[in-house]
Amino acid sequence: MADQPTQRGRVRPAPENFLTETDIIAVKEGRRDFLRNALLTASATLAGGATARAADGDPNILTLPAWTTSLGQPVAARPYGLPSQYEKGLQRRESPGLTRMPQVSVSFAPLQGLFGIITPSGLHFERHHQGWVDIDPSKHRLMVHGTEDGFVRQPKVYTVDDILRLPPVSRMHFIECGANTGMEWGNVAVPTVQYSHGMLSCSEFTGVPLRLILEDCGIDWKKAKYVLAEGADGSSMTRTIPIELVQSDEVLVAYGQNGEMLRPENGYPLRLVVPGVQGVSWVKWLRRIEVGDKPWATKDEAIHYIDLMPDGQHRQYTSVQECKSVITTPSGGQILLDKGFYNISGLAWSGRGKIKRVDVSTDGGINWRPARIEGPVNSKCLTRFNIDWVWDGKPAILQSRAMDETGYVQPGYGQLRAVRGSKSIYHNNAIQSWKVTEGGEVSNVQVL
Amino acid sequence: MSRFSKASLSGALVLAFATLAGGTALADGKYSGVGRPATRAEIHAWDIDVRPDFKGLRPGSGSVDQGQEVWEAKCASCHGSFGESNEVHTPLIGGTTKDDIKTGHVLSLVKGDAPQRSAIMKVATVSTLFDYINRAMPLTSPKSLTNDEVYGLVAYLLNLAEIVPADFVLTDKNIAEAQARMPNRNGMSTDHGMWPGAPASKGGIGNGGKPDVKNTACMSNCKTEVKVASLLPVYAETAHGNLAEQNRAVGPVRGKDTSGKAAAIAAAPAPLSENAAAAKLANDNGCMACHGVANKIVGPGYNEVVAKYKGQADAEAKLVAKVKAGGQGVWGAVPMPPQGHLKDGDIRSLVKWILSGAKAQ
Repeated sequence: MADQPTQRGRVRPAPENFLTETDIIAVKEGRRDFLRNALLTASATLAGGATARAADGDPNILTLPAWTTSLGQPVAARPYGLPSQYEKGLQRRESPGLTRMPQVSVSFAPLQGLFGIITPSGLHFERHHQGWVDIDPSKHRLMVHGTEDGFVRQPKVYTVDDILRLPPVSRMHFIECGANTGMEWGNVAVPTVQYSHGMLSCSEFTGVPLRLILEDCGIDWKKAKYVLAEGADGSSMTRTIPIELVQSDEVLVAYGQNGEMLRPENGYPLRLVVPGVQGVSWVKWLRRIEVGDKPWATKDEAIHYIDLMPDGQHRQYTSVQECKSVITTPSGGQILLDKGFYNISGLAWSGRGKIKRVDVSTDGGINWRPARIEGPVNSKCLTRFNIDWVWDGKPAILQSRAMDETGYVQPGYGQLRAVRGSKSIYHNNAIQSWKVTEGGEVSNVQVL
Repeated sequence: MSRFSKASLSGALVLAFATLAGGTALADGKYSGVGRPATRAEIHAWDIDVRPDFKGLRPGSGSVDQGQEVWEAKCASCHGSFGESNEVHTPLIGGTTKDDIKTGHVLSLVKGDAPQRSAIMKVATVSTLFDYINRAMPLTSPKSLTNDEVYGLVAYLLNLAEIVPADFVLTDKNIAEAQARMPNRNGMSTDHGMWPGAPASKGGIGNGGKPDVKNTACMSNCKTEVKVASLLPVYAETAHGNLAEQNRAVGPVRGKDTSGKAAAIAAAPAPLSENAAAAKLANDNGCMACHGVANKIVGPGYNEVVAKYKGQADAEAKLVAKVKAGGQGVWGAVPMPPQGHLKDGDIRSLVKWILSGAKAQ
């Protein structure tokens, strides 16, 4: 492609995958003008032949396409709608080699292609401990009881019918796995933002405050210090939740996600929503709540989800996802098509409340500019930021740095490792850096 | 209170205590007709959790020997005979010493020289082992073990880690003695700011939300040089497939072509071939965790299976039965667990595929 004749002028981007290895070598050698040639050739080819070639204008305009000159599809041809066939690239994906059984694994959300703050339910990241299940809701039960008699006056069983009768709330919150960005603690390991930050999603959840259900059972708030949440899948995963968070009314027994029921992969028909806290505590397929007075040290808070510190101690019951942000466009594994104007866009979030500010650097953290924060800005929710950038074709390193309403500022890798070392696995909220080469290639780097 | 932050926490608590001054919140019948009392039998059926102070532990016993028997039959295929296997899951046992049992803190964690952390190096509480095995193991048939079998399995694991002697019988009465010898029992810290509830000073956990890492929002000339500490390794760029196919085909950027093929043009994925469909079946059902196509992992490689059954007319029927029911002894002591949860048609497809050489395409 790079050897095709040239024609000046800005043309629409070409179809996917038009960069050949030869082209990439050309980019590496600094011959960026090939892009225009490649684009032009691609459009000309697409338009159906060299005859349409374009002195008069764009063949996509001059020759009407089939969709403009034919009858389209009927309604309800697809009773449950699907994305365009041209959006197939944006899928949740596994990171090869990360785990050895697909039932005990993770799939990552394609953050590189998402807009705004809501994650489409079909692209929500997955983490299953013993495979996912699709539970018959008419056979599902939620049981509430106490470790001791008297912690709740009346242990109760609720059907899904019961839970859906109770007064609901709908709230937008992010959910992030405690191990998100965990592969990057020691060094750069993965090529794109999907794998570095994709254990992150955000939805509007609908459900009943757990406080309300516990009060319906006559909870003794003086004796209750913690609750244990348990799932109905094979793993029957359990986590300890502080009672103060339940009292705050934030913890929900949720059934709705983005206007429909939860997807099975996300805990259909009931899951716990624990805003600001790592995803493992948002117990899926929720079947039981036990009210107790001591933490339980379950497998996922005594063997996994514990943070190894440099002194050899593990931190236990680390739960809050601290303030973090990442630029999603442009990001690792992408190529900028040309010099000129770009919108740098990304996501910021904090488990301690609202995002107050996001700053962006294009020089590796020497100078920063405040980004535009797009509304709505919700507590413990993804927040979208954007900032103008005119790329001059020179090497750059893009970074974002978020600040939350407590005044906490997202740390750099140097600051994080100075305290927590590099073997923690969990709770890596360091500033992410994307290096842009002269050829427009974006890649994952770490800046101290 | 609809939002919960550090600043509003004290307010929330004051409000909560003011409202609930009577202690017990009254169920006021507001939601009449919703839910029903749980029976004792129902709570007993589901309330199986065991706390570090052994609250919830049901009486029972199991010896190291009894545990070993169950282990060989139901656990060794994934975890190895001695809990050492790194094939399917990370090792359970290894990396602890007699000194660690004395100090209660695993020294190799302090020195940072352990190549990998086994479960026994990390876990501080023996209750966690009991609770997890009881609720979730074996992976393909969780909650199938008897209470005494769980005691035996915990005893066996503790013996492998030299925490209890070979003639030990673990019971609800002596489990606290085992706890007192756990090699990393002093290895946990809750002195951090990442617990979203009451702090240790008020009977809870942690320091009340004080962050341990600090940055400032410097805006200009924040440093004199940019130190790039780490770059994407070359192998990692291609290890995640073709990035061009993982990005949108329109917009300001494209994904980089990492397919390694010149002029790779995205084609709509063709329907899976019979081989590819069977390979996917094997992957999706965890077969490949124990079997390689051309190598032994825990179980025999598929090439070895083909070689063994070559020329046998009833090979297919024999293998279908074996997959379904599980087996032991043909390929060594490590048993293959029964795969009764697979559909008959799928098992046949898998066996045909294996016997035809387990080709990817």
